[in-house]
Amino acid sequence: MAVCVAVIAKENYPLYIRSAPTENELKFHYMVHTSLDVVDEKISAMGKALVDQRELYLGLLYPTEDYKVYGYVTNSKVKFVMVVDSSNTALRDNEIRSMFRKLHNSYTDVMCNPFYNPGDRIQSRWALFAVHALFLQGLPC
Amino acid sequence: MEAAAGGSCGSGPPPLLLSEGEQQCYSELFARCAGAAGGGPGPGPPEATRVAPGTATAAAGPVADLFRASQLPAETLHQITELCGAKRVGYFGPTQFYVALKLIAAAQSGLPVRIESIKCELPLPRFMMSKNDGEIRFGNSAELHGTKVQIPYLTTEKNSFKRMDDEDKQQETQSPTMSPLASPPSSPPHYQRVPLSHGYSKLRSGTEQMHPAPYEARQPIVQPEGPSSGGPGPKPLRHQASLIRSFSVERELQDNSSNYPDEPWRITAEQREYYVNQFRSLQPDPSSFISGSVAKNFFTKSKLSIPELSYIWELSDADCDGALTLPEFCAAFHLIVARKNGYPLPEGLPPTLQPEYLQAAFPKPKRECALFDSYSESLPANQQPRDLNRMEKASVKDMADFPVPTQDVTGDDKQALKSTTNEALPKDVSEDPATPKDSNNLKARPRSRSYSSTSIEEAMKRGEDPPTPPPRPQKTHSRASSLDLNKVFQPSMPATKSGLLPPPPALPPRPCPSQSEQVSEAELLPQLNRAPSQAAESSPAKKDTPYSQPPSKPIRRKLRPENQTTENQEPATTVSGPASVATVKPHPTVQKQSSKQKKAIQTAIRKNKEANAVLARLNSELQQQLKEVHQERIALENQLEQLRPVTVL
Repeated sequence: MAVCVAVIAKENYPLYIRSAPTENELKFHYMVHTSLDVVDEKISAMGKALVDQRELYLGLLYPTEDYKVYGYVTNSKVKFVMVVDSSNTALRDNEIRSMFRKLHNSYTDVMCNPFYNPGDRIQSRWALFAVHALFLQGLPC
Repeated sequence: MEAAAGGSCGSGPPPLLLSEGEQQCYSELFARCAGAAGGGPGPGPPEATRVAPGTATAAAGPVADLFRASQLPAETLHQITELCGAKRVGYFGPTQFYVALKLIAAAQSGLPVRIESIKCELPLPRFMMSKNDGEIRFGNSAELHGTKVQIPYLTTEKNSFKRMDDEDKQQETQSPTMSPLASPPSSPPHYQRVPLSHGYSKLRSGTEQMHPAPYEARQPIVQPEGPSSGGPGPKPLRHQASLIRSFSVERELQDNSSNYPDEPWRITAEQREYYVNQFRSLQPDPSSFISGSVAKNFFTKSKLSIPELSYIWELSDADCDGALTLPEFCAAFHLIVARKNGYPLPEGLPPTLQPEYLQAAFPKPKRECALFDSYSESLPANQQPRDLNRMEKASVKDMADFPVPTQDVTGDDKQALKSTTNEALPKDVSEDPATPKDSNNLKARPRSRSYSSTSIEEAMKRGEDPPTPPPRPQKTHSRASSLDLNKVFQPSMPATKSGLLPPPPALPPRPCPSQSEQVSEAELLPQLNRAPSQAAESSPAKKDTPYSQPPSKPIRRKLRPENQTTENQEPATTVSGPASVATVKPHPTVQKQSSKQKKAIQTAIRKNKEANAVLARLNSELQQQLKEVHQERIALENQLEQLRPVTVL
């Protein structure tokens, strides 16, 4: 299951980061940060085509020995990064996609709230709950 | 360990083995439920109830409340009810009740709901409105009736059952943080005695006198809070009273105030009037909705802090569409009023504030529901292919295409979409596809219910004559001919592949059922026809096989007033080919075509799934190779290190 989920704003600062294991969070933060480069690279590679045709799910950004990092970008350049434990019997690509989709849904729910200023840190409890579910089961229930 | 109530119902679930703590806890709970049912003797000490288990039955009402408070989803609770045998025998005897409690504990521990689950050692089931039963086990039965701020409304209304569970489930993550021991002492100072409205105070005073009596009559359980005995009506008292009322023998005392009138989350009629008037001042049409920005300005006037307002909004906007319908608005307003009067905000939306409840309680035009029915089938079908598209390579173009009439939605910034109602429409509509697909997650939230139907209709009406769909990037595979696609399909990396392939227009063709509906059908049909065609072209756009112009194209053209580009055909045409043969009447043709389209789309979906599986396999193989390469690299590095003996100092 996901060990770290991060929502990064367009300007590449984090809106929301959460790691499952509470120790060594810094390592995951660092991983997410370095993955931003890969995300940008992927976006620009695909960005030659029209924005419309760009895929939202970026797929595996890079694997390390212990973890794999997946990326997803929305149309407003908000990025979702998910770090998954490699030891998990490989989560299928579809599952990762569906996890991102749910994350995206939660994100849009947060956006719906007129009292949320885009660019603020996300403190919505519902969103946090959905992410928490991602950690627990890989798929929110 | 003793067998519990073995004699009562031998043919029911297998005999339970309960530990002493469980036995005590269960019998106490049973007594509470049973006592409320028959107004029998006051629930004496737990031991005494053991005498009566064979004869007493727990009423469905309090039992349902108790089960709901366990915060399990409705389906689990139904399963539990069936498994424990209550459904079969028609009542909750002690055996059924105990089995059910054990199953609840199993479910809360994450075990599947099976008879086998209850054979093992389990923690006690936890119920939201009372303290942890674990506390009870340690003899602190007083905690049982301690108040929790967010006591879910103990109502026997089954229609709120499901929603309550979903809210409760969301509460689950927060409830552990609220230590039961901490809440009672802190709650009294927290509450002010400001009545929410004169209606409340009247009723509250009416029931206040009952409060001491229940407490004394309530056997060894003593209320720890001071205000409970003395104060007229702080919330904890009220909650305790309501809690006790639902479970205790004093239930008849509350008959004069039926339905827990002093429940702070219930909206009285005059409050309702006020809210409706306020709603009207913001939005003349009571059956329409208030946009987020308007509501934000209005609620900001209440001088609550922004995080609190944000939280209230999250609670009340049940379908998360960025706008408030009348019931949602009333719920939000009520929460604000409660908060201003000092009541802490609940963890989840109380049942009395649920939109459906408010709608039922106060008649309201059911326009949305009717519309929703007509579009409900269109939506699920929409979502499926749409989700597939997203899975395969969705893009914003889907969003733009989907709400065809609202072409203004280019969806660059989803957030901008939400700022106004108009823009929120496509956003909601575009969200709908995702939601049913993620049915697990979102089944509780009736996202599309009150909103999307109206939005779709309005969108339809607005876009009577939608502009032509954007030109599809051709030369990519078509969905319908996916058999060829699988052959042609390059097993390249998904990333690179996505770069090559244009996005699939997610337009899920609206299925035929909606066609048989009302006048909007006429508007629908052109949309439907265009939608399938666009979906068709999107799928062609995906793979690399060249198009083929289907013969039915002219006929489809006739049906759709808008000019159809040539690429519109593919799957829709292959499907509609046979259907559209020599049919002059638009309607039957359209219907047949739509049904054929549906089948074509389903086949396309299947093919896409296969393609997806191929891709996934490929992906895993490549990752495996990558891992091996990594290992080689590591091995080589190790060798290098070893071969470098002296240079390292």
